[in-house]
Amino acid sequence: MWSLSSEEWLALRLSFQVGLGAVLVSLPAAVLVAYVLARWQSRSKWLLEVLVNLPLVLPPVVTGYLLLVCFAPSGPLGHALETWLGLRIVLTWWGAAVAAAVVSFPLMVRAIRLAFQAVDPRLEMAARSLGAGRLDAFWTVTLPLARRGVLAGCVLAFARSLGEFGATIMVAGNIVGETQTIPLAIFSNWGALGEVWRLATISVALAAAALLASEWLERRQTSRESA
Amino acid sequence: MNRLSFHCRHRFPGGFALEAALETSAQVTALFGPSGSGKTSVLYMIAGLLRPQWGVIRLGEQVWLDSNKDFHLKAEQRHVGFVFQDHLLFPHLSVQRNLMYGRRRRHGRSVAIEPSRVIEVLELGDLLARYPRNLSGGEKQRVALGRSLLSGPELLLMDEPLAALDQGLKDRIITYLERVVAEWHLPTIYVSHSAAEVRRLADRVIVLDQGHVTQSGPTDEALLENHSPR
Repeated sequence: MWSLSSEEWLALRLSFQVGLGAVLVSLPAAVLVAYVLARWQSRSKWLLEVLVNLPLVLPPVVTGYLLLVCFAPSGPLGHALETWLGLRIVLTWWGAAVAAAVVSFPLMVRAIRLAFQAVDPRLEMAARSLGAGRLDAFWTVTLPLARRGVLAGCVLAFARSLGEFGATIMVAGNIVGETQTIPLAIFSNWGALGEVWRLATISVALAAAALLASEWLERRQTSRESA
Repeated sequence: MNRLSFHCRHRFPGGFALEAALETSAQVTALFGPSGSGKTSVLYMIAGLLRPQWGVIRLGEQVWLDSNKDFHLKAEQRHVGFVFQDHLLFPHLSVQRNLMYGRRRRHGRSVAIEPSRVIEVLELGDLLARYPRNLSGGEKQRVALGRSLLSGPELLLMDEPLAALDQGLKDRIITYLERVVAEWHLPTIYVSHSAAEVRRLADRVIVLDQGHVTQSGPTDEALLENHSPR
């Protein structure tokens, strides 16, 4: 009952690959946006806030459809990526990673932003009075102090990516060994109760582990700050 | 001693308006006045950490700010040592690395302040391997002082460096401040609302009230006429 078929192993491996890919794709942008949201004092901040959180409330199928329009070989981004990098997004695991990255982006930004907000902005001032430029101060003071929150954001985004279904199936399809992640495998094997249960159990275990890890990381960040 | 000249105007979002003009070439100048009088804001403007809506700031021949020419020298290029009220040591770095943070970024500076001498004068030798969370309040403030000295400043700014310490510690740290002044002769602006501290450290006093300079002169004269708020 508990030995996985080769197709299930493929789905599991692919889910990890897509999750890692999604985290790597979104991390630089998430750090930047989180920093701006944590430090920026501007009346137009709400606009950025809305844009960032949109994937959280949009039906994933709609997110997937919009991504499909952008990344299709004839779409603006898809065309550029294919001509310049020879990279095809639609119906490849990259598509699954991009879909997962967009859907998990708000969660990652939220965790990283909280971590940046916990760092006293005057520490950056101290760094600048000691001769560090803004970027230098960010790299050597703010980011190291927020590292646990950044890691928590990555873990959270990874977990969310493992569960991504709606946007993924729109952009990447449901190809065994290429784009069929755990949720898509569950969807395809509907009816084979044993398989569905095994995959569902794995999903629950992974999600719970990731949430525990990110919670633990965020707690450590807070207790350190008060020291 | 390089002459510092400062004239800035700034209206804060809460409505508080600061317009202050001051000049000094004293060894230690105290900015004296009640809380909320704008002392700290003046210090931040000198350091380049707060950009006033209008102003001109010069140290000797160098122009740091001239809003008529839309010129604003960045904080990291002003060679100012800033000692904050609550030390602001980097919690993730050891004392040693805190001390060297500014020095590594300002090598080749003309002001030669040797780490070994700073460590000796401020008695930091036993603290080097420790982290800020394992230091007492007085130790933290000594490290912060050492850190700003080692960045090779041409001007030292201190924002009530003793305010967070209890009285016994104040007396001890003030001795260290006197040693620093005697050893390196850096022009120093010292913000305080304690007449006792000012009397002990400063040659010249500038009194601020509600965002304006109300008085300025040698310490004894200025303090005599001004009734200390505390």
